Amino acid sequence: MIARAAREVQPGMVVNLGIGLPTKVVNHLPADFPVCLHTENGLAGIGPTLSPEQADRNLIDAGGAYVSTIPGSAFFDSATSFSLVRSGRLDLTMLGAFEVAANGDLANWKIPGKFSPGMGGGIELAQKARRVIVLTTHTDRAGNPKLKDACTLPITARGCVRRIFTDLAVIDIGADGFHLVETAEGVGLAEIKEATGAPLIVPATKLPSF
Amino acid sequence: MKLPSKQTSIKEAIAHIKDGDTVMLGGFGVPGTPFVLIHALVKHGARNLTIVKNDANEPDMGVDHLLKSGQVARLVTTHLGLNGHAIKLMNAGEIEVEFNAQGILAERIRAGGAGLGGVLSDIGIGTELAEGKKEIEFGGKTQIIEPALRADVALLHAAQADSFGNLAYVGTAQNFNPLMAMAADRVVAEVESLLPLGELAANDIHTPGVFVDHVTELGELSEEYAVVQR
Repeated sequence: MIARAAREVQPGMVVNLGIGLPTKVVNHLPADFPVCLHTENGLAGIGPTLSPEQADRNLIDAGGAYVSTIPGSAFFDSATSFSLVRSGRLDLTMLGAFEVAANGDLANWKIPGKFSPGMGGGIELAQKARRVIVLTTHTDRAGNPKLKDACTLPITARGCVRRIFTDLAVIDIGADGFHLVETAEGVGLAEIKEATGAPLIVPATKLPSF
Repeated sequence: MKLPSKQTSIKEAIAHIKDGDTVMLGGFGVPGTPFVLIHALVKHGARNLTIVKNDANEPDMGVDHLLKSGQVARLVTTHLGLNGHAIKLMNAGEIEVEFNAQGILAERIRAGGAGLGGVLSDIGIGTELAEGKKEIEFGGKTQIIEPALRADVALLHAAQADSFGNLAYVGTAQNFNPLMAMAADRVVAEVESLLPLGELAANDIHTPGVFVDHVTELGELSEEYAVVQR
């Protein structure tokens, strides 16, 4: 699933990978792939993650991981960092999710009474990146669908999600809801439908698997 | 002509902070956090403070010392995810927390520093973030009025400075520091290296010394500035 999601990153893009599963996408990009990775705390051109022994104390990503620079990297302040996001320079962001609705609404920052660390830069990424992709498990730990008719948790941004990668499938969001695009190797249609909390539009043609 | 010196002791630099003040703290995680000035503020003892900082550091680091000493009434921030103690205090109602979208916090501070009343933005429209905020129709769409933010004091960290208070940051330690430098009535910078006037090249300065009131050189850096072992 991570390897498949990495194929969404096109040459020349400016990309922000959110905390959690999306961060792992970087491991599937070839070392010479032409892409500019951005992190909210003020770096464009993120290089490989470093161990504590190799780390520079002044060089982290927004999740607190120690990262490096590559030839051409630039540092900047937090206002510049989000100017880049809000003005449309960010081609793609990959984010985690608690819930995604069939209309593209995303909930990923708060579970009232349980989880409320704050939104950080998540709202701006979800609302302003040119393309928003979600990487998530298809269901939560209790087995409940994360893909729903409507979000029940506080919304991060409305109508922002275009594509979802899960452990079971690749699903696009169209004007009429969830569209099944690809299935994971060995996963059947019935299992995907069962794990999805809203109608799933399935094409008549045979779907590719990943 | 010669540019005046703003070199002061830490004690002098923060002596004027009073109960009820709003204090901006630079930093995003460890990089750019003024750990020594925060310790000095704990020792100073001013209470009922409003702290403006991107995050609350981690337990037993930076902002957490101010939380433990009970000096913080209100925290204006974006994310507390690495400090469970801060979340506990918020949930128990012991501190008031105002969450801002990260880039909007940056713009509110920048507006405060630029002498503006606020900024217009569509970030968070239709979400909980917009609740209680004033919205207007402008430029053909609904926008939220985000008021400018200023502070009584800003405590900053920079890698290099000169005695006039010109500052240069390194790596991701820049973050909110240059914005907060413009948005407080009194600006104090702790610096790793204080150079003689002229040795910090005019082209390499991020924050012009005009914005800075006090500059103080750190001795050997404490463990708090080091790489965090997780």
